[in-house]
Amino acid sequence: MAEHETHRYDVIVIGAGGAGLRAAIEAKARGLSTALVCKSLLGKAHTVMAEGGVAAAMGNVYPEDNWQVHFRDTMRGGKYLNSWRMAQLHAQEAPDRVYELEAWGALFDRTSDGRITQRDFGGHRYARLAHVGDRTGLELIRTLQQKAVSSDIDVFMECKILRLLHDDSGTVSGAVGYWRPSGEAVVFEAKAVVLATGSIGRCYTYTSNSWESTGDGHAMALWAGADVIEMECVQFHPTGMVWPLSVRGLLVTEGVRGDGGALKNSEGRRFMFDYIPEMFREETADTEEEADAWYEDHANNRRTPDLLPRDEVARAINSEVKAGRGSPHGGVFLDIASRRSPEYIRRRLPSMYHQFMELAGVDITAEAMEVGPTCHYMMGGVRVDPESQAATVPGLFAAGEVAGGMHGANRLGGNSLSDLLVFGRRAGAGASDFAEGRDQPPSADPSQVDAVLADALAPFGRDGGENPYDIHHDLQSTMQSLVGIIRTGSELEEALDKLGELRERTAKMSVAGGRAYNPAWNLATDLPSMLTVSTAITQGALARKESRGGHTRDDFPAPDPELGKLNFVQRQTSERGDGAPIHIGPEPLSEMPAELRELLEEGH
Amino acid sequence: MTDAMPEPTPAGAWTATTTGAEVAALDDAGAGPRTFEPGPAEEEEPTVTLRVWRGDPSGGDLVDYTLPSEEGEVVLDVVHRIQATLAPDLACRWNCKAGKCGSCSSEINGKPSLMCMTRVDELPEGPITVTPMRTFPILRDLVTDVSFNYEVARRVPAFAPPPAAPGDYRMQQVDVERGQEFRKCIECFMCQDVCHVIRDHEDNKRQYAGPRFFIRYAELEMHPLDTNDRRELLRQRMGLGLCNITKCCTEVCPEHIKITDNAIIPLKERVVDASYDPVAWLGRKILRRHKRSPEEAAAHPR
Repeated sequence: MAEHETHRYDVIVIGAGGAGLRAAIEAKARGLSTALVCKSLLGKAHTVMAEGGVAAAMGNVYPEDNWQVHFRDTMRGGKYLNSWRMAQLHAQEAPDRVYELEAWGALFDRTSDGRITQRDFGGHRYARLAHVGDRTGLELIRTLQQKAVSSDIDVFMECKILRLLHDDSGTVSGAVGYWRPSGEAVVFEAKAVVLATGSIGRCYTYTSNSWESTGDGHAMALWAGADVIEMECVQFHPTGMVWPLSVRGLLVTEGVRGDGGALKNSEGRRFMFDYIPEMFREETADTEEEADAWYEDHANNRRTPDLLPRDEVARAINSEVKAGRGSPHGGVFLDIASRRSPEYIRRRLPSMYHQFMELAGVDITAEAMEVGPTCHYMMGGVRVDPESQAATVPGLFAAGEVAGGMHGANRLGGNSLSDLLVFGRRAGAGASDFAEGRDQPPSADPSQVDAVLADALAPFGRDGGENPYDIHHDLQSTMQSLVGIIRTGSELEEALDKLGELRERTAKMSVAGGRAYNPAWNLATDLPSMLTVSTAITQGALARKESRGGHTRDDFPAPDPELGKLNFVQRQTSERGDGAPIHIGPEPLSEMPAELRELLEEGH
Repeated sequence: MTDAMPEPTPAGAWTATTTGAEVAALDDAGAGPRTFEPGPAEEEEPTVTLRVWRGDPSGGDLVDYTLPSEEGEVVLDVVHRIQATLAPDLACRWNCKAGKCGSCSSEINGKPSLMCMTRVDELPEGPITVTPMRTFPILRDLVTDVSFNYEVARRVPAFAPPPAAPGDYRMQQVDVERGQEFRKCIECFMCQDVCHVIRDHEDNKRQYAGPRFFIRYAELEMHPLDTNDRRELLRQRMGLGLCNITKCCTEVCPEHIKITDNAIIPLKERVVDASYDPVAWLGRKILRRHKRSPEEAAAHPR
C-alpha cells in the first residue's frame, strides 16, 4: 500500500465551516472520538463571509413572529420544492441554536431591552435575522471554533480529502486525502462520516465563494453511490460587486436593502416595482411611499420590492441590464447614500463601507454602489433524511450547503446560517447514533487507498501536459456562459459536450514541482469534483424544463405545476467513482401534512 | 448568449493585456456594449513586477515576476496571475479575497499586510516585494507555519456564563460593543507577526500569548456574562507584562482594532489591580489567604 499515516475515529467531519463545526461539537459532546478535517486553516471557511445574519423566529422585535411564519416564508421562497420536513425542523429549532451560540460567547447586537435584535431581510415577513453588524458569519464561526477548541476536538487543518472509503457492503468507513503543507497522504478510518464541505461556486467565473468551494462533498457523495437532488438550483445573489474587475462577484450584503438601500437603474428609477411577481403581489408595496414607510411600520405597510426573494431580484437586475438601463460597469445602482445618514450606514454596515472604500475607492455613504448577480449558493445537494441528515448510503451524513432539500429552488437570506446550526447539530447526532450502533471498527481497504492516491498523483508523472489553471479557467467560462443565471436547452447540451472535453483534458494535465504546498497540484485534485458537480448541475438544468426559483430556462420561462411536485435525483448506478455516468430521474416530493399545508395557504 | 451582465468597460489598458482565451470567454459572457480603449500605441504596455520570496525551510531567495498590469488589482490578484502563468507552484494562502478571513497575510514592501486588501496602484512605483510573515517558521514560499497561534488558543479558559434558560440573557448594546470590537478580529496574525516580543525573541513564544490573544482575553474579561477570572493566568503564564505598548500591533490591524489602547492597557490595569492593590494585599495578609493560582483563578472547565 502507498505510504500514508492512518487515524481512527468514531466520527470524522469533513469541512470546518458552520455546519462541520456544529456537527463535530455535537458528536464530541456525545462522547465519541471526533475529528474535524478542513482544507484551510481553522476559522477561514466560507462561513466567515456570511454578512447579514441568522434567521430564527425568536420574536424579539416582532412578537407576532413564530416558527409557522418562518416555515411559510421558507417554503414560499423555495417555490415549494423544499423538503417540508427540513423546513419545519429548521424553523422550529433555529431559535434554540441561536441562544446556544449566545451561551457559548457570541455577542449579537441587542434590542433596547437587552435581547438579541433582529433585522429585515428578503422574503422574511418579519425582522428575523439575529446579527452582528454585517459580519455575522465571522461571529458564528469564531464562536463555534472556540467551542470546538475548548471541547478538545482533534482538528486536521489544511488537509484535503480526495475520496470516501467504503467496506465490502458499501457502507462508508472513512476517507483518504493529503496534507496540503507536506503533500503526504493520510487515511481516516471512521464509523461515520459527515460531509460539511459547503458550496460549488468555483465552477463559475463570477462568484462570491472562496477557493475552497469546489463541490468536493457533492462529488464524493456521488462517487460513493449516494443520491443528490436539485442540482439545477444554484442561487445567483443579486448584489455582487461588479467593479473593479478583480473583485467582481464579491458579495454586497442584502442587509444594505434590509437597512434601507434601494435598487435603481441608469434612469434613477426604482425598477423593482416593475418586477413584482403574482405570488408576492399581495404582500409587496406598489408605491415608493408605502415601501419607504414599511421600514418603520411593518403593520400598516407592505414590504419593499427591493426585498423580494433573491431569484426575483437577480432576474430583474439581469433584465434591466439587458434592456440597456445598467450602470457603467454592467450592473445596476444600489443606493443607500441618499436614503440614510453616513453615521447610520457606518454603524449598520461597517464591512460594506470598508470593502467599497478600500477595494473600489467608493464611499457608500456618499455615492451609490454598482452591483450585479454573482454565483452565491448551492440549493441542491446530498439527499438526506431530515431527522438524522443520513445520506442514501449508510455511514454517510451531510449538513449545510452540501446537503439538499432544505431550501428548495431558492434560499432566503439568513436561512443558511440557521441551516448550518440546526442541521449541523442533527448530522452530528445522526452520525453519532450510527457510529454507536456499528460493531466492527472499519479498516481501510489498501486497494481503494492506492487507487485514489495513484489518481491524485498522476499529474506529477506527466511532462508538458496541460496547466490545471487553464482547464479551471475554461470550466468556469463554460459554466458562466452556458449554465448561468438564464439557461436554454441548446446551450446546456453544448455545456455537456464541453464538460466532456474538459474531462479528457484533465486526464492529460501535468504539474511541476513537489507535493508540498503546491497550489497547481491542489487545484488539479479539486478539478474532478468541479467537473462532476458541473455535470450534475447541467444535467439537472436540462431535465427541469421550467423556470423555478434559482433555475431559469429561457425556453421554458414559466413554472410547471407538475414539475413543481418533483425532485430530480441524480446518482451513479452501474459504476462508481470519478468520471462514471450519472443517472438522473424524477421522484415525487413527499406529501406535506394537512396542518402544514394550511400554513402555506393562510393569506397575509 | 444568455447572461445579460455585460463586461465592465473600464477605460484603460486592461483589455490590451487580456489573453486570447479570456477575450473569447468574455465574448461568450457579455451581451451589452463594450468599448476597448487600449493605451496609446507608442507607449510601452504598463507592467507590474512582484519580487516574491520563494523557498522552503532550508532557504530561499527573492524572484522577480513581471506581468502586464491591470486596473484596480490588489497584490493577491497579481499573485494569482503569476500562479496561472509563470509559476504554478507558487505557494500562498488565501480564501475569501475580501479582507474577511485573514488568510493571505504577508509582508508587502516589509509591512505586514493582507494581499487581498493592498491595491497595487496605491503602492510606490517599482517592484513590489512580497515576503512571508517573518515571525513564523517557513513552510513554503509565502506560507508560514502559524500553529503557534492555534496552540495559544487552546490555552484560553473558555467563556463561562451563569446558567440561564434559552433567551433569558440580557445585555445592553453599549456593553456588548466593547467585546464586539475585539471579535472583529479575523485572525490574520499580523499583530503577532509584528510584535517584537516574539518577532525578535523566539524564546518568548513559550511564555507570551501575543496581541491577538490579549484581545481575546480582553473580550472575555469584558463580556457582561463571563464568570471566569483570567487575570493571574495573564500575569503568570501569558506574559502580559512583556508587552511594552509600542502599538505596532494596532498599526497593522486590518480591522482597525485598537489593540493596545482598548485591550492590552485595560488588561494590564486589571491585572495590576488584582495583583498589587495594597488594600487587597493587606486583606490577604490579615485573612491569611494566598493569591489563587492561574489555574484556580480560571476555574471553570475549558
